Amino acid sequence: MPLPPLNDRMITGEQNYATIDQSISTMITDQKRHTRPWWIMFVIGIMGTGMLGCAITWLLYQGVGIWGNNIPTAWAFDIVNFVWWIGIGHAGTLISAILLLLQQPWRNSINRFSEAMTIFAVMCAGMFPLLHTGRPWVAIYWLFPYTNIMALWPQFRSPLMWDVFAVSTYFTVSLLFWYLGLVPDFATLRDQSKNRFAKVLLAIVCLGWRGSNRHWHRYEQGYLILAGLSTPLVLSVHSIVSFDFASSIVPGWNVTVFPPYFVAGAVFAGFAMVLTFAIPIRKIYKLEHLITNRHIDWMAKIILATGLIVAYGYMLEMFYAWFSGNPYEWDMTYLRRITGPYSWAYVSLIICNVIAPQAFWIPWCRRKLWVVMVVCQFVSVGMWLERFVIIPMSLTANYLPSANRMYYPTVWDFAMFGGTIGFFIMLMFLFIRFMPVINIFEVKDLLYKMLGNKDTQVAEAPVEMPEPALGRSV
Amino acid sequence: MEFNDKNQGPVEGGLESVRGKLTGKSGRSYWRSLDELADTPQFNEWLEDEFPNRSTLMQINRRDLLKFMGASMALAGLTGCRGVFLPQDKVVPYVKAPEELVPGKALFYATAVNLGAYATGVLVEQREGRPIFIQGNPDHPASLGALDSISQAEILNFYDPDRTNNIVQQSNPGQYALGDISTWELFEEAIGKALAVEAPTGGAGLRILTGSISSPTLANAIKAFLKKYPNAIWHAYEPTGRGNAYAGAKLAFGKPLETIYDFSQAKVVVSLDGDFLSSAANPGSLRYARDFANGRRVTGASGSMNRLYSFESTPGLVGSIADHRWAVKPSDIYGLAMALAAALGVAGATPDGKVDQKAIEAIAKDLQSVPGGAVVVTGDQHSPEVHAVVHAINEKLGAFGKTVIHTDPIDATVSPTVSDLKALVDDLNTGKAQTVLIFGGNPVYDAPADFKFADALSKAKFRARFGLYDDETAQACDWLVPVTHSLEEWGDGRAYDGTLSVIQPLIAPLYQGKSLIEIFSLLSGKPATGYEIVKGFWKTSGFLKGDFEKEWRTVVHDGLLKGSAATPVTPVLSLQIGSLTGPRPVSGLEVIFATDPSIYDGRFSNNGWLQELPKPLSKLTWENVAMISPKTATSLGIEDAGIVELTCNGVTVRTAAFVQPGHPADAVTVYLGFGRTRGGVVCTVPNGEGRPGDGDTRSPGGFFNPTSSFDGGGFNAYLFRTSSAPHFASGQLKATGGVTTVATTQGHSPIDGDHIKQFSWDDREVVVEYDLEDFNKNAAKYVEERKAKYQEDRDQNLYPDDIFVYNGPQWAMTIDLNTCIGCNACVTACQGENNIPVVGKVQVARHREMHWIRIDRYYSGDTENPQVAWQPVACVHCEKAPCEPVCPVAATVHSHEGLNQMVYNRCVGTRYCSNNCPYKVRRFNYLNYTDNQRQFDVRVDDKPRIPLLRMLNNPDVTVRGRGIMEKCTYCIQRINEARIESKKAARDIRDGDIVTACQQACPTQTIVFGNKEDKESQVAKLRDDPRAYLLMEILQTRPRTSHLAKLRNPNKEITPVTPTETNS
Repeated sequence: MPLPPLNDRMITGEQNYATIDQSISTMITDQKRHTRPWWIMFVIGIMGTGMLGCAITWLLYQGVGIWGNNIPTAWAFDIVNFVWWIGIGHAGTLISAILLLLQQPWRNSINRFSEAMTIFAVMCAGMFPLLHTGRPWVAIYWLFPYTNIMALWPQFRSPLMWDVFAVSTYFTVSLLFWYLGLVPDFATLRDQSKNRFAKVLLAIVCLGWRGSNRHWHRYEQGYLILAGLSTPLVLSVHSIVSFDFASSIVPGWNVTVFPPYFVAGAVFAGFAMVLTFAIPIRKIYKLEHLITNRHIDWMAKIILATGLIVAYGYMLEMFYAWFSGNPYEWDMTYLRRITGPYSWAYVSLIICNVIAPQAFWIPWCRRKLWVVMVVCQFVSVGMWLERFVIIPMSLTANYLPSANRMYYPTVWDFAMFGGTIGFFIMLMFLFIRFMPVINIFEVKDLLYKMLGNKDTQVAEAPVEMPEPALGRSV
Repeated sequence: MEFNDKNQGPVEGGLESVRGKLTGKSGRSYWRSLDELADTPQFNEWLEDEFPNRSTLMQINRRDLLKFMGASMALAGLTGCRGVFLPQDKVVPYVKAPEELVPGKALFYATAVNLGAYATGVLVEQREGRPIFIQGNPDHPASLGALDSISQAEILNFYDPDRTNNIVQQSNPGQYALGDISTWELFEEAIGKALAVEAPTGGAGLRILTGSISSPTLANAIKAFLKKYPNAIWHAYEPTGRGNAYAGAKLAFGKPLETIYDFSQAKVVVSLDGDFLSSAANPGSLRYARDFANGRRVTGASGSMNRLYSFESTPGLVGSIADHRWAVKPSDIYGLAMALAAALGVAGATPDGKVDQKAIEAIAKDLQSVPGGAVVVTGDQHSPEVHAVVHAINEKLGAFGKTVIHTDPIDATVSPTVSDLKALVDDLNTGKAQTVLIFGGNPVYDAPADFKFADALSKAKFRARFGLYDDETAQACDWLVPVTHSLEEWGDGRAYDGTLSVIQPLIAPLYQGKSLIEIFSLLSGKPATGYEIVKGFWKTSGFLKGDFEKEWRTVVHDGLLKGSAATPVTPVLSLQIGSLTGPRPVSGLEVIFATDPSIYDGRFSNNGWLQELPKPLSKLTWENVAMISPKTATSLGIEDAGIVELTCNGVTVRTAAFVQPGHPADAVTVYLGFGRTRGGVVCTVPNGEGRPGDGDTRSPGGFFNPTSSFDGGGFNAYLFRTSSAPHFASGQLKATGGVTTVATTQGHSPIDGDHIKQFSWDDREVVVEYDLEDFNKNAAKYVEERKAKYQEDRDQNLYPDDIFVYNGPQWAMTIDLNTCIGCNACVTACQGENNIPVVGKVQVARHREMHWIRIDRYYSGDTENPQVAWQPVACVHCEKAPCEPVCPVAATVHSHEGLNQMVYNRCVGTRYCSNNCPYKVRRFNYLNYTDNQRQFDVRVDDKPRIPLLRMLNNPDVTVRGRGIMEKCTYCIQRINEARIESKKAARDIRDGDIVTACQQACPTQTIVFGNKEDKESQVAKLRDDPRAYLLMEILQTRPRTSHLAKLRNPNKEITPVTPTETNS
């Protein structure tokens, strides 16, 4: 069977600056491009958001008891969802910061989109640590080191405290990074916009960008600094989140491999989510010439690579439980996970996270979009299960056998989780409609570079990009 | 003229026209005045005018108008303030301060509480006039300062919002068909008429029904009443009383006698299904537990212990602490008693072929080896024949006068003048009983099913029920008359050994109730106050020698009359053991009816503390189930918590199965007292069998659970129980498919499958046990081994050893696993002392019970007859507490006295501390449990539940709100009180100044608290005991609570037998 074509280039078709402007910015300026699929997804998103609103209202009215958490399982879906969402955000930061510093030009077509995903995912994630507390109305500010007359400080030894700083820094830097990258594109949109209101609004948000040399200079410097700031964050945020577990004494949590393994897992889950959104959107909005099969192929490879790191983490967990001779660890990692009542979760996790991504060794699977979609869904589910296996499952049984209890979620646990998914979908589709999904100026820059730095040629007429070559992998 | 049309205008012709208006109308039309009827314009104008009696508004001048308006505004403003920002309650200061009352200081009054008629001396803590806590009276022989859960929970019964607070005339259905609220005057009139009918015949149709009574004053009052109506008959009924024990004594000695044990001298004890340690099974249990535990207490590196053999049906406290235990069906107990008697050489006893003869002979040998120190005990539920054989055995062992003491019956209803319930039912059915007065008890609910008591009762002409609750019996009576709770009445009673106590009120009656004593005096036509009657009776009774006033004051102050225990009698055995007949054979599955260890016979089923108290061993709450052995479950194909149909006595009930290790095979235990249909919102928790409402969907969190339908809240096991087979009967059990959730606090979820495995394959020290003989030889070696084992961990520890600056006394606790009997007294004491809320069945099933102390139960060995180890665990106050560093807001911190403190105000509820606690002793307020007691209410009613229940709170302990973590504080409020007292006296806190609530309630003195820095303190000595170990020492948390290892003292000649060998 012949392999499906793999586009050799990161931009295909007949392109010049005008066509790139046309394909991206008309998503905002020409609202007619948003047809039925947009509305379907948006309505799903808004319904999910409504459900989230109900779930939060009921939660604040009744208390955390509407969930299935108990003693000993004091953390369950709440923290599972938190870690899952934080992890999803990681792909965006990795793409925008690390790949920028590594000068990977292929990031240009997907970075905007993934950064937005990062911000929305962190918004979803951030709800959980706050709302899972018994008294969110005080938790919201008692965790910040503000000066008060009682000279009371938060407890800096607590990993939860580190979380507060890690996540809020991450959100702030990601937001700034995203916004800074949007400024030149907002200016492009301002210039193209015919609607008076949109023009004024865009003029404000583009901060008076005129595209002068000095502007570009400042912009490049600022962007590079923020990329430098974001890069350690990619590693630190999920490491710190993993400290919530690694620094405790709970068997199944107290594992030193957690920080790197959590980061790899986060990138793994993040790329799966990027693909989950990118594949349908490039199809609906005909952006195949900008997000090409080449991009998808590369992302699939990253999923494969991080998936292998995650698999290695599972092996290490098991190995050290045995090697340490710690009966509690062994009891948790072997007896409970493989033979215990939650073994279904562990087995599904291995299938989703270890076995399913192995398909990406085969080039055909990386190029068949439905296969990629299916594997990405497996990965998303698997990464959620991984957190389920680690968090509530480890709590159900630890030191004193008398305290062992099962954990069962309630309908409100699912409502909160489903609600955040809806909220995420809603924000993503609003983003698609009202903001440039692909970084316009960076793609133009890429086009310029791909055509051998010859500006004049591009400006005049659309240039036929080289035809995709069959089976070539570079 | 025609007047039919109302709108025709002015009416002419005056009254004539009015009269005319009425003609020609069909049906009844009502009118208020002639004007209205005439429909005059004046009337209509008057009707429609807002201010009909003023002249006109125009007549008011400007000044008056302003005056009126000003005044109206001012008044309106003032009245508006009330209830908005000014309190509406009236606060009246004491004009004259009551003597001894210092606001904020507790006062203690000695009184007594009754359980099944037997009084236990207690001290009631009173705060500013509110009784808030019941604890044992250290001077009282039945208590010695300890107190069982049921008696402690009386305080919640007292504040129970469901107690009936009005006289209700049931025969006159009111708005809700619940009966009409009436008055004492109307009731007196009604009963006066009823008694007047009876008077000419001397009360031939008059019947009174009571429970067991130990109160001399009440017995005297009843006798006085009966003197007035000489032909009236007094009936007494206790559903799970001591009738069999008295009947057994009558068989053995020719007259009913009270049998009292003295375990302080017992060296070898054999229990033939007699749970002498459980307060629900034996009135002397607190004292017995103390004496028995003293006989097992070992301090230092060697010691001796008594030995306990237990033949047990439903697993209970005695079997859990026994050195040898056999699981036997109750029908086999008679054969066992006979075999033991035969082995001991009791004349006429024939050995039963079914028993393990070798074991019986070994036991007999052991019993004979301790002359005067042996005792055989059986349970009150067993037939008189079993009791008679046991008397013969004890006589043969020479136990009489030493370990077994006999006195005249304490129960005043054990005499020829008092008839039983059967006679009353017969008289009701034949129409002889016309006027029935029911005092206490709840026979409509708990009478034997074959009596059909409700039908019989309906044949009486006049039925009055005197009780605390509007329950099933009240519903079947014409009148419901509230009686007082024992905390609000004068009375008296006798303890298990006959010691006399005076009951004094702690507070004026909350409602309209009168005490039974007052009611009888009222019925006898000599109304008087309870105080006058009790004091008057004591004056004439001759209980007190010397100056009456002085002695009386001493008795009221002490709570008991010292030295008033009943005089022992020396009975002569007149039993022909050969003439006894064995129990009726039971075919197939044996259904055992057992008194519930928490809610007794059902009279405490409206008590949330007791409903939520995890029953010993099963750790079940809020319901009864069909309890079966693992083997029976396998053979009948029933899975744990599977839904089953239990048929017995022609009645079928759907319930959950509960697989209980150690339960005899081919038998099923059902606890009595559940499935109430009336009597309060707590006891009528609905089940899936058509009882009203569905409480589960009301409770948040109960919406969705993949394994549960939350069916059940218990079923009425009295429906199975007939007068001919009150203890066990044959029945059938079959699985119907489906699984439900039983609200148990330990075990019973798939995750617990390998408890035993956890112990066997590594050496983690959860429960430490030694064989006594081995321990006596090797104690020093074990101490060394333990030290060496953890030394390496200590040496390799990277963290500094001293992370806190400690100064002042260092608090510590020790818990001796060897004497813990798992009775739950500490759990209830903690609940009462520390304002711990009740969370309800759904929340317990979600594993959110709030008890700060839990009694862990570990099985070891064979599933059919495992050995049990109890381990009470509360916060162990680690010196290096894992909970402290993980709290982001520093809500849990360390004190310089070594306490791990929880700052409720600072807690935001991240629950990280609980996750990191290796002992899982922290409790989280997932919902607003304290203020929302409707969590376990299933019926919405208008009663002021919360304000009343708030009166119960201990003002020294913070009431926790939603979203707060809480845990054991070592009763810090008691520590602080002792600190203040010691400062006032300018001295250090002495050992024994601080007694925690759990320590105080413990009948076996298992828990010891004190300052470990004081090397002379009891706790410091016990911490250094060779048996002392730290729970999870491997984690280096350095708990301040240390546990003391359990010792077992088995008879080496016996190898434990499996039930198969016993039964085949």
